[in-house]
Amino acid sequence: MAKKNLVVVGNGMVGHKFLQKSIEIGATQDWNLITFCEEPRVAYDRVNLSGYFSGQSAEDLSLVEPGFYDQHGVKVYLGDKAAKIDRAAKKVISAQGEEVEFDRLVIATGSYPFVPPIAGKDTEGTFVYRTIEDLQAMSAYAEQAKIGVVVGGGLLGLECANALKNMGLKTHVVEFAPRLMPLQVDDLGGNILKDQIQSLGVTVHTGKSTTEIVSVGGRVQKMVFADGSELFTDMIVFSAGIRPRDEIAKDCGLTVGDRGGIVINEQCQTSDPHVYAIGECALHEGKIYGLVAPGYTMATIAAEQICGDGNSTFGGADMSTKLKLMGVDVASFGDAFGQTPGAKVLGITDAIKGTYKKLVVDGSGKHLLGGMLVGDASAYGNLLQISQNQIVLPPNPEDLILPARSGTSNSMGVDSFPDSAQICSCNNVTKGDICAAIQADNITDIGTLKKCTTAGTGCGGCVPLVTDLLKLEMKKAGLEVKNNLCEHFDYSRQELYSLVRLEKTMTFADLLAKHGKGQGCEICKPAIGSILASAWNEQILNPAHVTLQDTNDAFLANIQKDGTYSVIPRIPGGEITPAALIAIGEVARDFGLYTKITGGQRIDLLGARVDQLPAIWQRLIAAGLESGHAYGKALRTVKSCVGSTWCRFGVQDSTTLAILLEQRYRGLRAPHKFKSAVSGCTRECAEAQSKDFGIIATEHGWNLYVCGNGGMKPQHAQLLASDLDQEILIKYIDRFLMFYVQTANRLERTATWLNKLEGGMDYLKAVVIDDCLGIADRLEAEMAHQVATYQCEWQNTLADPQKLARFNHFVNSPEPDPSLLRVEERGQARPPYAHEREVLMAIQNR
Amino acid sequence: MVQASVESQTVNQWITVCQLEQILPNSGVCALVADKQIAVFRTAEGIYAIDNYDPFSKSYVLSRGIVGDQNGVPKVASPIYKQNFNLQTGECFDDPTVQLPVYPVRVADGQVQIGIA
Repeated sequence: MAKKNLVVVGNGMVGHKFLQKSIEIGATQDWNLITFCEEPRVAYDRVNLSGYFSGQSAEDLSLVEPGFYDQHGVKVYLGDKAAKIDRAAKKVISAQGEEVEFDRLVIATGSYPFVPPIAGKDTEGTFVYRTIEDLQAMSAYAEQAKIGVVVGGGLLGLECANALKNMGLKTHVVEFAPRLMPLQVDDLGGNILKDQIQSLGVTVHTGKSTTEIVSVGGRVQKMVFADGSELFTDMIVFSAGIRPRDEIAKDCGLTVGDRGGIVINEQCQTSDPHVYAIGECALHEGKIYGLVAPGYTMATIAAEQICGDGNSTFGGADMSTKLKLMGVDVASFGDAFGQTPGAKVLGITDAIKGTYKKLVVDGSGKHLLGGMLVGDASAYGNLLQISQNQIVLPPNPEDLILPARSGTSNSMGVDSFPDSAQICSCNNVTKGDICAAIQADNITDIGTLKKCTTAGTGCGGCVPLVTDLLKLEMKKAGLEVKNNLCEHFDYSRQELYSLVRLEKTMTFADLLAKHGKGQGCEICKPAIGSILASAWNEQILNPAHVTLQDTNDAFLANIQKDGTYSVIPRIPGGEITPAALIAIGEVARDFGLYTKITGGQRIDLLGARVDQLPAIWQRLIAAGLESGHAYGKALRTVKSCVGSTWCRFGVQDSTTLAILLEQRYRGLRAPHKFKSAVSGCTRECAEAQSKDFGIIATEHGWNLYVCGNGGMKPQHAQLLASDLDQEILIKYIDRFLMFYVQTANRLERTATWLNKLEGGMDYLKAVVIDDCLGIADRLEAEMAHQVATYQCEWQNTLADPQKLARFNHFVNSPEPDPSLLRVEERGQARPPYAHEREVLMAIQNR
Repeated sequence: MVQASVESQTVNQWITVCQLEQILPNSGVCALVADKQIAVFRTAEGIYAIDNYDPFSKSYVLSRGIVGDQNGVPKVASPIYKQNFNLQTGECFDDPTVQLPVYPVRVADGQVQIGIA
């Protein structure tokens, strides 16, 4: 029997998916597959179009494996558009005059960008954002542009704004509606989103209707708005929504909707049962679906209807979405606008953190109907489950979106979900599937679990839930939930520290050979480099250790965003002589470094090239300064006030003690950086209670506070002991620091460590003061070793030509990094911002 | 030593950039070849050359990243924001949309050489 012809008009994402699905279910046995592709290349990933600007090529974006169509005998009319359908003769006529007969026809023509009818909309310098050709035109034009405007503040518009921003343009978004993303969020959410987007440097204009685009010399110059205001710009991109491409259907008499779209039934058939329509050109129950997922669902259904058993039908699609737009989370699900009769709304706006969270619950308050999240969508997976699975809400549903109260977790947790709950919506994996896989294959790591079940391999949004499930199942099975460092070591940091000490391991290579696998990575190498330094205090730039170090430790300076480094000499206690100050100033001046006073009473010299570092330190060391270890997970500073030496309120000499402590603990490697301060009286000018260990003078001695920090999550230090004399004070600090160094996780600061320490502060006191573990002598001895073996890392390095050889940008040229540029601001040199950089490059290339 | 796989690049000339012993095992250096910054890495398994440009930080720093492996595939982590790149293919593990150029490289007589067209 001769094969029949199945013709697909349009080779976009959905058209390709249809062909793929048809081939999967064996269509090539009975059908000749034929497709028309208007664009010069076969289907590509339009959803990730902006990837084109971050270095992806057109080939990278392609969805079609090279040779796929040939292999399966699909005839592709590339660069030829289907122009006309003759339904009576059952054939398609292309723009280039090809005539192809069909037995079944699938229209997958997609959509086109809507350009509002504004005077001047076709001026040179206006663009749309749809195809790779559009992008190529935009980026070519942007090279001579400084300002860019996106018309349309929806999902695609904001993506496009990000692309313009990445091209270095001063970027504006103009939205006709009174808020951004009017289809996904309400006014409150829109305001928060606007603030967040603006803080990223994109100017947002809402409630603006463009009336005219004014050109000069034939090119875009400015936009005029209905309220009379104007906006000057070099280019304009329209991203104001999509319209279905239904003209080919309309011309051949198929039924289309009043406002466009080819009407389809639940089999995806048009008004002619031999003709199907799928994707953005199709209108199902009055709805056009502008997302790719429903398009893919339609493609699968149409393929099964035509070439398969035809059991599945299209019943509409869920429009729940979670996105990250320019780094800002936006999610909406279910009845996000509360349109269900009787629905009640519960919302929390935090204008400081820039978050907005809203829940829509039914009249009884028992079930979640929908919601929206802006700024922080971490609760999305959990909330979507609760609403889709009709899980009964807790008595205070607001807890689901409130920040965690101390010590309790708010999420209802995967434990309460039924087995039927869909955890991964990309790949349709339920809780039951995941649990069954864990039990059947004794899975204990997330990587294997993802591979086995495909859960979490799509958008990745459900990975936290999948991880929770894994931990829960492991706990139920009585398995220990491991705290492994990384794929190379099945041990926690604390276990590795003990192994290093116990077995007297001196190098990473030895530890890896004995207890690890593979080659190591950027997680285990620095962590073990730090353990080795805490245990044996060998120089970190020795050949056996140098390749373990993060670049900061490897070059004994802090890397900055352009690859240059900052230099911080130690200024113990913040006390410095005029001569040393002058020396620092002279070095900064002679090497053109940007200088700034740090929060820790030191001076930061920024912008040093890697090849300049040795010469800079030669000078600093000659002036009597030493390394400040600002680059290390190590002691930073011991800040102090002037104490009883000068201050009329001071009761003890805080400066002398601060200098003594800083010199005692300088260079000590720890799981995280740590800081200290000494205040000379209870007024606490040195802010000791915000430090990892802080000391405050009393009439009778010193009070010791521990485990405080500022930074990301500020926490006050807690009193460990009062009215100590100096000797006991130092004993306690020695024990405290060494205990922390041995037992904390990688990158865990003292405050977090204490929060997790079983028994908390009482237990810490028992260890440090009462020596309940009987390890105090050992901890003190280990600290004594550290103090005795301290060397200034820069002094050591300058004396060793082998170590110095690494301090060059190029291995084969003495040239510095030619990409580094500087601009002057307030009398100092700083790196250029992206837009300045382009100007500087242009001048250089001239 | 194994050579990094480089597709469809014809080499007409090999440029010596340094001695092999100038690169510590499991580390990288940056070489200047025909005005290009190329990061050259030495691991126990071989020698690899990828672009020195880190597209995430937009700076020329990859030679200063930590070298390691992910499931046996050699990689380097950018020293700025820690994205990982496959040393064999230049592909970014954390963002498959990003791919760095890979260059022909070999060790001949103890000399590290980059191939150019």
